[in-house]
Amino acid sequence: MVNIEKAPEGIEGPGFMATNLDQVIGLARKNSLWPLPFATSCCGIEFMATMASTYDFSRFGSERPSFSPRQADLLMVMGTIAKKMAPVLRQVYEQMAEPKWVIAVGACASSGGVFDTYSVLQGIDEVIPVDVYVPGCPPRPEQIIDGFLRIQDLAANEPLTRRSSEEYKRLLAKYDMK
Amino acid sequence: MSHIELANSEVKETTTLNLGPTHPATHGVFQNVLEVDGERIMSAEPTIGYIHRAFEKLAEHRPFYQITPITDRLNYCSSPINNLGWHMTVEKLLKLQTPKRVDYMRIVVMELARISDHLICNSILGVDTGAFTGFLYVFQQREKIYDIFEEICGARLTTNIGRIGGFERNWNENVFKKLDQFMIEFPKVWKEFEGLFNRNRIFMDRTIGTGPISAERALNYGFTGPNLRAAGVDYDVRVHSPYSSYEEFEFDIPVGQNGDTYDRFMVINGEVWESLKIIEQAIDKIKKEPADIYHAEASHIYLPKKKEVYTSMEALIYHFKIIMGEVNAPAGEVYHSVEGGNGELGFYLISDGGRTPYRLHFRRPSFIYYQAYPEMIKGGLISDAIVTMSSLNVIAGELDA
Amino acid sequence: MESTITNEVFLQKLTDKFGDAIISSVEDYGMLTVTADSSKNIDILNYLFDEPSLQVQFMTDLTGVHYPEQELAFCVVYHLHSLVNNYRVRFKFFIGGEIPTIASATSVYATANWMERETYDFFGIIFEGHPDLRRILNVDEMVAFPLRKEFPLEDPNRIDKKDYYFGR
Repeated sequence: MVNIEKAPEGIEGPGFMATNLDQVIGLARKNSLWPLPFATSCCGIEFMATMASTYDFSRFGSERPSFSPRQADLLMVMGTIAKKMAPVLRQVYEQMAEPKWVIAVGACASSGGVFDTYSVLQGIDEVIPVDVYVPGCPPRPEQIIDGFLRIQDLAANEPLTRRSSEEYKRLLAKYDMK
Repeated sequence: MSHIELANSEVKETTTLNLGPTHPATHGVFQNVLEVDGERIMSAEPTIGYIHRAFEKLAEHRPFYQITPITDRLNYCSSPINNLGWHMTVEKLLKLQTPKRVDYMRIVVMELARISDHLICNSILGVDTGAFTGFLYVFQQREKIYDIFEEICGARLTTNIGRIGGFERNWNENVFKKLDQFMIEFPKVWKEFEGLFNRNRIFMDRTIGTGPISAERALNYGFTGPNLRAAGVDYDVRVHSPYSSYEEFEFDIPVGQNGDTYDRFMVINGEVWESLKIIEQAIDKIKKEPADIYHAEASHIYLPKKKEVYTSMEALIYHFKIIMGEVNAPAGEVYHSVEGGNGELGFYLISDGGRTPYRLHFRRPSFIYYQAYPEMIKGGLISDAIVTMSSLNVIAGELDA
Repeated sequence: MESTITNEVFLQKLTDKFGDAIISSVEDYGMLTVTADSSKNIDILNYLFDEPSLQVQFMTDLTGVHYPEQELAFCVVYHLHSLVNNYRVRFKFFIGGEIPTIASATSVYATANWMERETYDFFGIIFEGHPDLRRILNVDEMVAFPLRKEFPLEDPNRIDKKDYYFGR
């Protein structure tokens, strides 16, 4: 028995269905998010375990992890980001096309983690806007999958005009991005 | 574009290619700027430090047992080896002798960690040549090793396993059941993995002759571990400066000939079989020791039992002092090294008699042999450079510390 | 495996050859630590490499230590290993001054290249004769040397850490 996604609510009739465009596109987007695994340290190894057969990340539509930012939807930052790496992270984020989401996996990406030192960026939200934070050091694969499901919720419910709205432009301006 | 002078003073144009910090294969963050002529590499310049977390500075501010979680994150593919190496360094400073059963338990944990490190190294080498099946197949066994670690200490990857003087709790019968199950299943899996790669024509063509290094260059560069053994030198810290009762175990040291990628792959394969032999011998020896010993008698550094803390005054004081990190170590300098997954991992500890180290330096094998990488890939193709990097087993956490 | 050289024999050979340049020695936890004059470091390394009865031809580690209260405030520590004889030894060279300087060991061991860059990055010790002495782990624009004792652990430019919550 194959479980297909539930259709969004709408008016159905023989041969047609009228529903909200946002919901249809959200449904398509949420089940085909292509991640960019930006794995720097130990959380990257837990991500490899998540992608492997026991926890199987590709069940959720992320069959193709892309390493080119131009072709990815979801930036998964896994591991400590040092101050030397921050410009690289920012460049990768800016190269992604809208709509894009960011998930900060692990304590180091969320807030610097256990490394409160002069060389570690205390959280990637100092350089890029983040949608979901997954705590843990390293988080179990189930936690990473849970974070991904929250991103799927965000992608499914996002209005189509969000990326060109004033509020989003203000958010990007806070990070000095266009 | 830039120019290089060839031997007959002909100026040739080369392309600058950035093998940047964001890597397609999760090896870690380090950058190489290559000068290529077509596909041939003329020179390479590595840049590291993209994950510099200042472990050595951090260690100067933490009491001794709080440094164990930092050592986890050095070579995070085999964290128990780092943890136990650090504990042995502190025990050397405190002149503390651990009972035999603790030594054997430590050996089991360290060899399991070595197997899991080699699993990643070889299967990712397979992925870099395009063979994804080996990685997926072998990672299931890594989950079994994670299960065993979780049963012993509660964590999968960054284990913080053991305490100074032994282990935090005794091993229950689940641990031994899972170990026995692992020892039955794993050899079959590893044999199949070897069958996929060892005599595979495509894999051999990709890896034989790529990234070679001679034995004396390797020694001059400070290589240790599987990379040095692939070049032909049989130096293994477990045999030459044994620690934790390794001298009672029988195992061989696999050695290669040319120091190229294929030799490194085969040496690592051989080491997994030797580790399985050691684990089998260790489990037998553990069963012969009295089953309730799991730590040394060192009340000033090892937490007393909770029952005694509630009833006895000294135990209460020790408990308080240890938890608050107010235990002073004797002044002195000690250097201790263990055979990590990718080489000799050394801990140089200077203590001035206080509660934190005065200076702690990690002798990190990845940092030392990555210097030789430009020399190893010179004259090869770009695809050879990728395969060489992956066979060297460079872990970014250990590279930058 | 047992070593074929003892600490006394080693120290004897060293003092016979270098005399006053060997300042002191101590044997702790089984390993000999020799403190010597910093101008002779390359001569000592070359002698140990070439002497057939010693054959100390492997450099395990090179690092630095900062002792701010001492006059010669920086110490460069070499850990050497003779694989043939299974013998380990530690050398310490104290240097001081505004810009502490010592000769580079890259002429003897290729592995000293990055180890000296790391020591320069952390302490500001200049290694004369090093082919490419620049920062390796920290950002290139950094001016301070972080592992000196006066440098703070945490980032001094942070504005979001409230002292009240950290007990300060």
